[in-house]
Amino acid sequence: MDSAPTGLARSVAKGKGRKGSISPFRMTLIGLAGVIPVVIGAVLLFLVVYAWPAIRFNGIDFLLTKTWDLGNLYADPVPRHGVLAPIGATYGCLVFVAGTLASSFLALLVAVPISLGIAVFLAEGVKRVLRTPFAIVVELLAVVPSVVYGLWGIIVLVPIAAHIIAPVLAAVFPFIPFLAQAGGSGFGLLSSSLVLALMVIPVITITVFEALNRIPKEAKEAAYALGTTKFEMVFFTMLPMIRPAIIGAIILGLGRALGETMAVLMVSGGALNYMPTTLMSPISTMASFILSQLDSAEQDQSGLAVQSLAEIAIVLFVITVIVNIVARLMVRKGAGVSR
Amino acid sequence: MTEVAIAPSFNRAATKHRAVAGRKLRSSLGWAFCGICFLLVAAPLIDIILLVLVRGFSALSVDLLTQVTQGVSGGLLNAIEGTIVLSIGALIIGVPIGVGAGVYLSEFGDGRFGQTVRFLADVLTGVPSIVLGYFSYVTMVIWLGWQFSVLAASITLAIMILPYMAKMTELVLRQIPIPMREAAYALGAGDRKVVLRVLLPVALPGILTAVLLSLAISVGETAPLIYTAGWSNYLWDGKLVRSPIGYLTYVIWSFINQPFASAHALAFAAALLVMMTVLAINLAARAILRVRGG
Repeated sequence: MDSAPTGLARSVAKGKGRKGSISPFRMTLIGLAGVIPVVIGAVLLFLVVYAWPAIRFNGIDFLLTKTWDLGNLYADPVPRHGVLAPIGATYGCLVFVAGTLASSFLALLVAVPISLGIAVFLAEGVKRVLRTPFAIVVELLAVVPSVVYGLWGIIVLVPIAAHIIAPVLAAVFPFIPFLAQAGGSGFGLLSSSLVLALMVIPVITITVFEALNRIPKEAKEAAYALGTTKFEMVFFTMLPMIRPAIIGAIILGLGRALGETMAVLMVSGGALNYMPTTLMSPISTMASFILSQLDSAEQDQSGLAVQSLAEIAIVLFVITVIVNIVARLMVRKGAGVSR
Repeated sequence: MTEVAIAPSFNRAATKHRAVAGRKLRSSLGWAFCGICFLLVAAPLIDIILLVLVRGFSALSVDLLTQVTQGVSGGLLNAIEGTIVLSIGALIIGVPIGVGAGVYLSEFGDGRFGQTVRFLADVLTGVPSIVLGYFSYVTMVIWLGWQFSVLAASITLAIMILPYMAKMTELVLRQIPIPMREAAYALGAGDRKVVLRVLLPVALPGILTAVLLSLAISVGETAPLIYTAGWSNYLWDGKLVRSPIGYLTYVIWSFINQPFASAHALAFAAALLVMMTVLAINLAARAILRVRGG
């Protein structure tokens, strides 16, 4: 990113001269900065160590099994796959992976066009005076606590989903089974996706908006010189210029959606052993399931249920870390292009 | 659309005019779409704020602020106290580490280690809070035997605010001009003196803003606390470990699912307190940044 050294390192040429002698003050700073990598490493390490019996017990099937069954918790656990497990216990996270992917994907489907629209609107569409208050509206969306989104979801969004959106969709698309289920409580895939979309929109919008602002004036003027309208200039010149940043922003939003817990938990309906088949299906995401199942998993004396929850946490951790790394690299690349 | 630059059409074919009109129409439709997009998110935000304000204020009373929770009724004193305790605990642990890491990144962080830390700080902001909560549950609540406790919850929140503190501190410090450091060195100050006596005092308003935003994160967080703080109907007994504690966001989550009007009232009152705190902090922080940023 910054090839030229800045800060103290640049102003103090002597730093290069005295090798090996790092002051205690600097050691302290290195130690404090080192906390961040240590935490990330520790999260992965300790979760794997803790979940190890479950990882051995579940094997690779964990990712492909739909059933989550704690087994008979009243009988003594018996050894299976070298691990003491309750009789009949089966742990699989396919339902939760499916719920997570489905809700995140639908959320992005809604959020991406809206976010791009808002970013363009803020960057080029509104008068300069209005830009700041409008931008604050978007930024405030990002700071509303997740649990408040959930509260609003239960009170406002779920009834709308059940009584307005679902019947309308069923009437308009009776031939598409995925959309045609009119019944249902409203708690489920649709409500989860809409809440997620609302939470993801500020993430994408702000990133794209900042990238739009970095585009040099000359590029815009060149487009105008070709006789474009303002919108054509934005659509055919500005947006293609920041494509890597847009993709990065979308992946960043995906990362946010994948890991979201409270809001989804409150409006998802909490599916168990049940794959989502329609827009109104109840779902569970990995994050919401980890949270909602702790109490029941703790009833398992063998500890395998709680350890299997830890295994879900590992899966979620690995997915979100990969998604975030990809996103950051894309956003950085996008920033480099226009600089 | 005043900027539209169309070549003067002396005696061109009428089709040209139609094409231009079509382009203009499409552009207008495009702008209309962008405006509608904005309304689509502004409306829910306003609805959320109104819902919380109206239902929250109608539930708010003196008793609510002075009594502890009894089952699903009573007051919120224990939860208010718990949220304050946990947030302060998170700041006490997270701010020094975050500021130290930020100073390192800004002043010495151009090497490979600095780049790695900077990148991992970004990654850490993307780790789901529930995963961090589970990590704390496994390590502190179970292995260290702290059970649901203030310390486990505060450390978890501290981990969450750590990358934000580091990134924001770095940002603020990098805005301080290099000659300021050189002047201090010329006077014979060492690294430590330059950082503590020159850089940090200058950066103080920016760092305070970062602390405020971290406070907002702590106050609004829920998921990891359910795994680390538990819940308690009573006031905090002052113990750092082996003693669960209540907090406001738990009330919102858990009481809204109860079928009792008193539970709903508590949930909305808690939502009101959390929302007002978070919004006030964010608007204040923005105001500080704007005044300083010019």
